[in-house]
Amino acid sequence: MTLVEPLAVYALWLRDVKRFLRSPSRIIGSVAMPLLFLAFLGFGFSGAAIPGLPEDVKYLQYLVPGMVGFSMLFGASFAGLSILSDREVGFLKEILVAPISRTSIVLGRIAGGSTTALVQAVLILLLSIPLGFRLANPALLPVALLILVLIAVTFVGFGVALASQFSDSEGFGLIVQFVIFPLFFLSGAIYPIESLPNPVQVLAFANPLTYGIDGLRAVLIGTSAYPLGVDLGMLLVTSTVMVGAGTYLFERVDAV
Amino acid sequence: MYAIRVDGLTKEFGEITAVDDLSFAVKEGELFGLLGPNGAGKSTLINILVTLIRPTTGSATVDGHDVREETAAVRNSLGIVFQEPALDEDLTGAENLAFHGRLYGLDRAERDDRIDEVLELVDLEADRDRLVGTYSGGMKRRLEIGRGLLHEPSVLFLDEPTVGLDPRTRRDTWEYIQRMNREAGVSIVMTTHYIEEAEQLCDRVAIVDDGTIAAIDSPAALTASLGGDVVQLTVNGQLGDLETQLETSDWISEWTRSDADFRVTLDHADARIADLVHLADTAGVSIEAVDIHRPNLETVFLSLTGTTIKERESGGHSELERSANPAGSPTTEGPGVSFGRRSNAEDDE
Repeated sequence: MTLVEPLAVYALWLRDVKRFLRSPSRIIGSVAMPLLFLAFLGFGFSGAAIPGLPEDVKYLQYLVPGMVGFSMLFGASFAGLSILSDREVGFLKEILVAPISRTSIVLGRIAGGSTTALVQAVLILLLSIPLGFRLANPALLPVALLILVLIAVTFVGFGVALASQFSDSEGFGLIVQFVIFPLFFLSGAIYPIESLPNPVQVLAFANPLTYGIDGLRAVLIGTSAYPLGVDLGMLLVTSTVMVGAGTYLFERVDAV
Repeated sequence: MYAIRVDGLTKEFGEITAVDDLSFAVKEGELFGLLGPNGAGKSTLINILVTLIRPTTGSATVDGHDVREETAAVRNSLGIVFQEPALDEDLTGAENLAFHGRLYGLDRAERDDRIDEVLELVDLEADRDRLVGTYSGGMKRRLEIGRGLLHEPSVLFLDEPTVGLDPRTRRDTWEYIQRMNREAGVSIVMTTHYIEEAEQLCDRVAIVDDGTIAAIDSPAALTASLGGDVVQLTVNGQLGDLETQLETSDWISEWTRSDADFRVTLDHADARIADLVHLADTAGVSIEAVDIHRPNLETVFLSLTGTTIKERESGGHSELERSANPAGSPTTEGPGVSFGRRSNAEDDE
């Protein structure tokens, strides 16, 4: 077995994409929650003075990158769940007994999970336009896409790493609830993290989603807390670390 | 070359020894069965051979490749159908096969060819583009068997291939298995706890119990080792000189008696039954009931391990082993004793 078999990675990616496209309920479900947050928070707080928000930025504008980032967390937990459901229905054995490296398996899963998370994020971005969202600079969209890819890889990698520590989806599902929401609230998705007490801010700095959402704001609405270079750099680091962690932990998963 | 060679293979899970110092070999092209109750260590053995778990000690080769050292080569030379279905129900039959083909590195042209061939082999061409979730249990099994053969392995492992199938589908599946063995020329190693499955399908059978192999031979040779058919005579009243008569008849190979029941071991029971009745008649014994038991792998299992597969699976040792056979060496007691439990065992079929 070589280190990575591209055809096997492709097979796993293709499978995830096909399954995703065949379950409309999953697409709707994954997009609905961030969209509801976006609509209700966006309109509900449209007149509120949010401390730390630049004066010329409307709250809805500010919120869209946050919700796009939020949807990525769901994509990540879904990728983890699909590994566990493969184990439960026995399909994981079919994959593990194939002459391919564990690295290929992890990369295939991350590729598939990231792609579906990316599709969801783009859908939310598109659907926010009728709500009044406006891009600051369409020329920067490719950069936005790059940031989305990095966020997706980071969190899907995290999902895979976490899922490899569980043998059933129930325990995993429970833990994920306790992970998603702190990550969400500590990311500056709905308010600037400067508003948080100092010790809590430290946690936000350790959260990759903080840089993902900040980077998205930089390219989508033209305002950000940190320079774009810092955001991109941090995301590169976190995505590499998470892929490494996912691979390392998945290597040690028992087949039976 | 051997399809499988196993030498002193042992697997321990903590205190439990699931596979205990096994040694055997499977010839190329053979349809080889591992017969034993659930929990005998068959699945563990299969999982070691397909490289999903590592043995504690001992060695094993598949198609000449060591299962510890040459994992990739072993995986390339085997196909497996797991006990639990392992298909993606949200993909079509053809897509499941294509996925498998990619994992095994088949390029597009090879893949398309093989998928067509395999679908034809398992009669699923018409259903190739239906989601597997809509397949029946038998169709799923066939698809899995076909998938196991897609990358042209030299050995196909089938772990309890007909569990959960209805009797008709089971028989159909047997036919497919035999066809794969003949037409694709692939060596097949299958585990089963169904007596008739081992008897009907396998060239050779290893009887597995408690992680060890109790016997290994063709079904015919295994049953022949019991020495022939058994006729059970229940007699009434005086025994006369029946015992002497039985002793002196050279066509009777063995007999035992418990109370009014005589268990007589002989060849061709159907032809000899009249002689036996005549014998009893001349001895002045009146017969209350006559019962013929033909040996099968169930009785072989019983005589080797002292219990039936069914009893083993329900967790208990048979009454027979505890009372009639306290020494724990059932074979020395002769087949007559073993056959005493046949009436129960026959309920299986």
